[in-house]
Amino acid sequence: MHFAFDDEQLGLRDAVRDLLAKHATPDVVRAAWEAPPGALDRDVWDRLVAMGVTATLVPEASGGLGLDERSLVLVLEEAGRAGLPHPLVESAAVAAPLLGADRPGALVASDLGGPHVACAADADVLLLRDRSSGDALHVVAPADVSLTPAAAVDGARRLADARWTPTPATLLTDDPADLALALDRGAAGTAAVLVGLSQAMLDMTVTHVTQRRQFGVPVGSFQAVKHHLADALKDLSFARVAVHRAAWSVAVDAPERGRDVSMAKAMASDAATSVGGASLQCHGAIGYTVEHDLHLLLKRTWALARAWGSASAHRRRVATALGA
Amino acid sequence: MLDLTWSDEEHAFKAEARAWLDASLAAWREELGEPVRSGDTREGFAQHLAWERRLFAGRWAAVSWPVEHGGRGASLWEWLLFEEAYYEAGAPPRVTQNGIFLLAPTVFAFGTPEQQAHVLPRMAAAEDLWCQGWSEPDAGSDLAGIRARATRADGGWVLDGQKTWTTRGAFCTHLFGLFRTDPAAERHRGLSYLLVPLDLPGVTVCGFGRLDGDEGFAEVFFDGAFLPDDAIPGGVVLGEVGRGWAVAMATTGSERGLTLRSPGRFLATVDRLLALARSLPAEAVDAAVRERLADVWMRAEAYRLFTLETVTRLAGGATTGADSSINKLWWSELDLDLHELALDLLGPDAELEGPWSKGHQFALSGPIYAGTNEIQRNIAAERLLGLPRA
Repeated sequence: MHFAFDDEQLGLRDAVRDLLAKHATPDVVRAAWEAPPGALDRDVWDRLVAMGVTATLVPEASGGLGLDERSLVLVLEEAGRAGLPHPLVESAAVAAPLLGADRPGALVASDLGGPHVACAADADVLLLRDRSSGDALHVVAPADVSLTPAAAVDGARRLADARWTPTPATLLTDDPADLALALDRGAAGTAAVLVGLSQAMLDMTVTHVTQRRQFGVPVGSFQAVKHHLADALKDLSFARVAVHRAAWSVAVDAPERGRDVSMAKAMASDAATSVGGASLQCHGAIGYTVEHDLHLLLKRTWALARAWGSASAHRRRVATALGA
Repeated sequence: MLDLTWSDEEHAFKAEARAWLDASLAAWREELGEPVRSGDTREGFAQHLAWERRLFAGRWAAVSWPVEHGGRGASLWEWLLFEEAYYEAGAPPRVTQNGIFLLAPTVFAFGTPEQQAHVLPRMAAAEDLWCQGWSEPDAGSDLAGIRARATRADGGWVLDGQKTWTTRGAFCTHLFGLFRTDPAAERHRGLSYLLVPLDLPGVTVCGFGRLDGDEGFAEVFFDGAFLPDDAIPGGVVLGEVGRGWAVAMATTGSERGLTLRSPGRFLATVDRLLALARSLPAEAVDAAVRERLADVWMRAEAYRLFTLETVTRLAGGATTGADSSINKLWWSELDLDLHELALDLLGPDAELEGPWSKGHQFALSGPIYAGTNEIQRNIAAERLLGLPRA
């Protein structure tokens, strides 16, 4: 029994944190709101590829890092902290273990997390689910997908709805176990991103309430503010251990993998939502602007809380697993 | 590497504990020959003492203590597993818990070898039964405002003042308490941590009723009571005179003070709640109820995981500290929510006396004792997030 990460996992996390701090700044996130479909800036993505991050789950023999979800979970938390617009969950957590050696560094968009596809027009390839016949997974070239942009609350999601035709050539797998694992990886990975988003919003808020003064004192000295943020820390802290455990469950294919993943996604979704709410409230009016960076993280939170299954849907899955 | 499996030895340890518990619980109940009453009543306390003595005889009373003090030298991991087995077996609440979980860590940290050698084995054996004398009528959350005093006299101390909210005080033999020993000092300065037998002349203990119907509280009046220095071998002061505040506060971070409420307790309660739900007609367990059941299970499970992470850090040499504040918020809110769900499931039967309504009433005290949740939120914000003091 050892509930802690090792130096290699922490080292990868730290390297990604440094990289994103330099190359996935709020300006980069805002640029993702503005860039036309297909024109998402690839600088930070290329750097992540060069570091090997997108191939974390790909075996070393195939050119990847040969690590598992216990390493990737910390990377995805960092992606959440930075509000990285690029689909790292779809690409690194879900697609790479399926495609990895074939398409190194591919920016993959997918509808596995929901019908509106994030970064659809920016993708090198799309991983799509044929709901009409046995839930098969297909790998489709951008040229073979017709995209209709969808106006998103979070402009950095760069959403589009995809129309395409399944063919034998695009079929990747029709094994239900592969779909189940892909969905679990996506949900668990997104839960990690939500934990990172939560941490970023909480850190931003602590800084704000420490500096903002009213009535002659920092507003962070008021008990109501302290209590909002203590609850945010509590919710984040317990969601985080659930997310870390889910990473273990996926990595070792634990018997209760599905239940553990659903617990992580439900808790992370709810924690990020409540942390976001406390963050906005404690920022006051300045948080309710587009000039301030908070809305970038809030809007991503609202989207990801419902992507890959809502908290409610995942709770129902846990209930089923418990025989309730 | 993140590894959430138990070793074969750890599985075996838990199985051994469970087997002993199952057999001993059966023997205890049969020997009592009557229903078990709450340990917070006079009759129930006596029944639970018989259980404590069985635990001690089997060397399960304080598993993580050194053998010479009445334990079996178990690791923190094994302690967690023992607690899981304990609550899975349906074993009763520990009426010695205030001694074992609150006083003992302080004795380990600050006691002299002589004090340890005397106090600990007798605590494990349930020969000395300890209650906590901290709160006073005018000093609850504001513990530094206490006024009970110990005035130095020849060969001992003269105690004057009043303690209250003393859990199970009316049934205990000893009290560990904070007293003001320096009349010139104020607030948290000039306090001392004293060990006090309750049968001293001038000490009066009056039990009184709690909301849950048990005589689980007591007031303790000290009226010129003389506490001899040798009332406890090794001395009646724990740590230094005048350093009582630091002594009392130090163990909130100690590994043996890790948690007043182990995860096993709540996991077992959730299991019973799930069993209750399964016993109901299907239409009583609709989609909303299913989600609430999943929610309380997840929170109990998250508490287990958080504890495993904490124990990993402690095993690696770190100390816990203000983390305990969010811990306490989590389990106290969980306990209340799961009992409220139970009452909702019981519907019209919820207003009958029974284990769930009793548990609900006790859960209501969770956000109040061991530091109110409002204080815990302040502590979390100030010490974990660094927010400025008022």
